[in-house]
Amino acid sequence: MQYSTSAVSSYSSEASSKVITSLRGVHKRFNNKIALNNIDLDIHSAQVLAILGANGAGKTTLINILLGRLNADAGAVSVFGYPAGSLPARRQAGALLQIASLPETLKIKEHIALFRSYYPQPMAYENVIEYAGLQGMENRYSTKLSGGEKQRLLFALSICGNPKLLFLDEPSVGMDVQARKGLWQAILDLKAAGTGIVLTTHYLEEADSLADEIVLLNQGDIIQRGTTCQIKASASHTTIRFSAGNTVDDFNTDIAKRYQNIAGVEQVRISGKFIELFSRNANQTLAALLTLYADIQDLTVSSVGLEDAFIQLNENVNNQGEQ
Amino acid sequence: MNNSNTIVVSSNAHLSNHSAAHRMTAKQIAKLFYLETKFEWLKSIRNPAFALPATLFPAIFYLFFGVLMNQHNPQAATFLLCTYGTFGVIGPALFSFGAGLAVERGQGWLDIKDASPMPASAQVVSRLFVSMGFSIIVLVTLGLVAFGLADVSLSLGQVWLLSGILIIGGLPFCLLGLTLGLLLKAESAPAVVNVIYLPLSFLSGLWVPLSLLPSYLQSFAQFLPPYHLSQLALKVVGQDAGGSVVQHLLILVIFSILFFASAMLAIKKKTT
Repeated sequence: MQYSTSAVSSYSSEASSKVITSLRGVHKRFNNKIALNNIDLDIHSAQVLAILGANGAGKTTLINILLGRLNADAGAVSVFGYPAGSLPARRQAGALLQIASLPETLKIKEHIALFRSYYPQPMAYENVIEYAGLQGMENRYSTKLSGGEKQRLLFALSICGNPKLLFLDEPSVGMDVQARKGLWQAILDLKAAGTGIVLTTHYLEEADSLADEIVLLNQGDIIQRGTTCQIKASASHTTIRFSAGNTVDDFNTDIAKRYQNIAGVEQVRISGKFIELFSRNANQTLAALLTLYADIQDLTVSSVGLEDAFIQLNENVNNQGEQ
Repeated sequence: MNNSNTIVVSSNAHLSNHSAAHRMTAKQIAKLFYLETKFEWLKSIRNPAFALPATLFPAIFYLFFGVLMNQHNPQAATFLLCTYGTFGVIGPALFSFGAGLAVERGQGWLDIKDASPMPASAQVVSRLFVSMGFSIIVLVTLGLVAFGLADVSLSLGQVWLLSGILIIGGLPFCLLGLTLGLLLKAESAPAVVNVIYLPLSFLSGLWVPLSLLPSYLQSFAQFLPPYHLSQLALKVVGQDAGGSVVQHLLILVIFSILFFASAMLAIKKKTT
């Protein structure tokens, strides 16, 4: 089993991929709070698009608009050339949404049989079971499923129609590591077969492994988009992480101020007993840091991961907003 | 979970000619409605909290009030068969639609169905058939008690007519249930449905003949749809209060239209 870092695969599949769904200038507000602000977005076949953002950033609103369950206040939404939520659009798409529970008195195989009947060209029953890893569980009632098993069943239902467009809203919640990797493989297989996939997730590792393109949402705006590599590069920093003796109990702001003035430091973060400096120039910062505070411990230096890039980009935008 | 690369998705299905990709044949649609109804039925019959009260309560009530307390008066037993029959068909209609729909909505399950290409009508039609199926079970159990223990005797024609009226007469209450199911919160839905169902039945004279109630309650029953359905049923056995069939039918149709309109409003409210 393998799931390559996706920067490479994204461009290998680009040649054969075409735009299947697009949003242009989409606005949505709820009671004077902007949920989505002028969103332009294309979804390609045979690609995984990950939508990332904090809670309330607009991810669920965006998905509900793509599914036609919410109407945009302004802008155009086209799904396979049809209005979002229209029958032809729904028959070519599948959706895994976050829900509390399923009707309890049906068996897994019955749920799947029912959903297969909704589609003109359903996926073969055995393939659904295999993709979702539900072998041997077909006769179980959905009431006795664990959180991860429930997600697998919901995944199965989302692919029953052989979708050309698949929405996965936090698909791996509650899954153990093995189940999650199985899900990832299934997603990559579907992508290889031409399905365009829209993924929202809190697990940045998941986006890092799967996504060809990442979109960062912050308070209804797309603040960054690109491949995982581009996103990481846009936060072109080095993280310097260390612990500094007993400073944990000091006031955090004091610590932040102390390190803020070191050469090259863009940002200071306190993370448990560790202090993290985001630096534009690692050499400069390290030299200065070690001169000033020779007693620091557990020093690690790393380039920015997706999670750091994500946090930093969000913070940059939020800080600008406050100024 | 499956970790292999062995699954071959038929890439034909993905890339097949565009125009046909989203068309469904009449046979496929028929199968969709059949399966929706079949699984709605299995879902309900396997749920003891719904199936047992819906099927047994009317027969048990009838056994107490129509048989044990009534000391071999076949005429009274026949009267009560009609009113408990009315009581029995209203229950599944209100609970399958009202409580069932509200609970599934609360779970988020209806969101998944919403996003799927299931036609909204399948949801309604399947529950309609399930309510009718439960109505038939209710009528059969009531019939067993009535003919076996209470010496009720009806002609075959009367049995069919009575059953037909009661089964079709459940429709307005399905529509009322639909409205409740779309508006009520999942946690409170079963309780609210009971609070509507039980007083409505009592005040319409389904438990105790209206003639035994105070006169102001008797005239109030005119405004309640179950009263008019029970009058249609009682007409079959010649024990109704003398209103015209057309009038009872008209009132039931008006209530149906009102409930249907309120259900449509509730659906509209949900999507904005």
